[in-house]
Amino acid sequence: MEKNYHVCTGCSLLCDDIEVESGKDTINKVYTACRVGVAHMKESKKKATFLVDNKPVDGEKALNEIVKILKNAKSPMIFGLGTSTNEAQKQAIELGKKINATIDDNSSFCFGSVVEALVTNKIKTCTLEDVRNKGDVIIFWGSNPADSHPRHLSKHSYFPRGSEKQRGWEEERTAIAIDIRKSHTAKICGNYFIQIPQGGDVELIDALISGLSGKLPKTSYNYPPKKILEMANILKGARFGIIFVGLGLIYSLENLEPLFRLMKVLNEKSNFHLVPMVGNCNVRGFNENLFAETGYVNSVKFENGIVKHGPEYSIVESLKAKTVDAALIIGSDPFSSLPRSIAKYLLEIPIISMGACETLTTRKAKVHINTAISGVEFGGSAIRMDGTLVGFKPIVETKNPSEESIFKKIMEAL
Amino acid sequence: MTNAMEIYQMLPKTNCKKCGKTSCMAFAVALMTRELTPDACLPLIEEPKYKDSYEKISGLFQPSEGATDTGLIVHEDLCFGCGNCVVACPVNVANDPYGVGSGNAPKNTSKLILVIEEGIVKAQKVDECRRFGKNKILCNGCIVTCPVEAIEFV
Repeated sequence: MEKNYHVCTGCSLLCDDIEVESGKDTINKVYTACRVGVAHMKESKKKATFLVDNKPVDGEKALNEIVKILKNAKSPMIFGLGTSTNEAQKQAIELGKKINATIDDNSSFCFGSVVEALVTNKIKTCTLEDVRNKGDVIIFWGSNPADSHPRHLSKHSYFPRGSEKQRGWEEERTAIAIDIRKSHTAKICGNYFIQIPQGGDVELIDALISGLSGKLPKTSYNYPPKKILEMANILKGARFGIIFVGLGLIYSLENLEPLFRLMKVLNEKSNFHLVPMVGNCNVRGFNENLFAETGYVNSVKFENGIVKHGPEYSIVESLKAKTVDAALIIGSDPFSSLPRSIAKYLLEIPIISMGACETLTTRKAKVHINTAISGVEFGGSAIRMDGTLVGFKPIVETKNPSEESIFKKIMEAL
Repeated sequence: MTNAMEIYQMLPKTNCKKCGKTSCMAFAVALMTRELTPDACLPLIEEPKYKDSYEKISGLFQPSEGATDTGLIVHEDLCFGCGNCVVACPVNVANDPYGVGSGNAPKNTSKLILVIEEGIVKAQKVDECRRFGKNKILCNGCIVTCPVEAIEFV
């Protein structure tokens, strides 16, 4: 019997093998998905669709209010889109062009620099299918997929049998965790766990490079050189190695130069790839869509057809310097994800929020629209953490509008 | 977990054979292997002087009540459905190599021991498990791969 599989948009793994028992507008039972996915799919919303000042209104009034805010704003900001479909993201970029907006997403303080290096081919990368079929040395550096992407190890990176790795994890794969604490992933890696002090990543990179070149590895925190040499030997012997970088590593580096250095040496000695552990389901998609349109992955300002780019156009710097005067926030919650000293400026400017969840941001928004959940209530496509395009269809029906349709209406009204 | 000797110390030690075993020590071993339950020892239930011992022994075997016939317990409050155990279980891999063995959704759940339902692992067909039956071996594939120790054998 041919089974009907759905895509889970709970995280950037975009698992495409989810079975669902559903009614017309409710999901009753979910198979194969992890708890994150089940919670995401079953998130029911029996709430008003359009809110102005936290009071339910009709769609037309909310739209008029949005248009009024955007017309009055001299320098609006569009932020978020990490959980939106590619189609909605493209519409948002078009809208940004039209209203001369600053446009940015979470990647400016997360994986933006890594994704930029990947889309400009500065670092070798591969797909998760390659990892499953060929991967033999898998490094989780500053990442903890056991908690952040629960099915990462079981569906792609460590446990499954692949076409060239028939004997699986017991004999043919080595998983290494590098972290500042013994995470759940590190527990699975067992003896192959390197615990380093906070900020010790660059020194470990240099020590590994020394080890790979046959020199004595040294670190200021006296990590046993024998263990680093042992690790370097495993890396040298890899036929298809992958580094899954997490925010733990990115936040510890001032720039990506040490990572480039490590990848260069690793690829001289063996064969290594890099995949970022992106969080939300389509953050990578936003980066790639904006790159295709402007040549930059984030922190962009449109000004009468000219594209400006720089750290000053990222959300953090824009809010710090108070250069924006209205914010359109889609599927994101800067009040939770940004430091309070920076996010508090948002209280001074009108916020328009769109999203499927109630958050601190939606409560403080002048206008809020409860949109349909992408991948559950409406279809589209998204880009997985490794850059693979995944299309999906809606599972249930909803009365809530999709983000794409709202953008279209705003464009028409403007 | 306790051992057979400790249980023996709490039994009447009269070797009355009412439970069907030849001695109280044999009964203690039978309790450990789940062959018999504490209720099979009639003196333990009937005679008031053994009341404390009966309650203690029954208490020892309490946690296994929620377990399947073969003693596999899934702590549902800990499990978050990562599926490591489903993919790592050798019986699952042998019975569904292109489904769960390759990390995908199961193609046929009828022969699988572990499946994920509602984000939590569910044990079914545990009689297929390699830890039980005639040719049992001490397989621990599902336990060592669980990041949160949600699977336990009692």
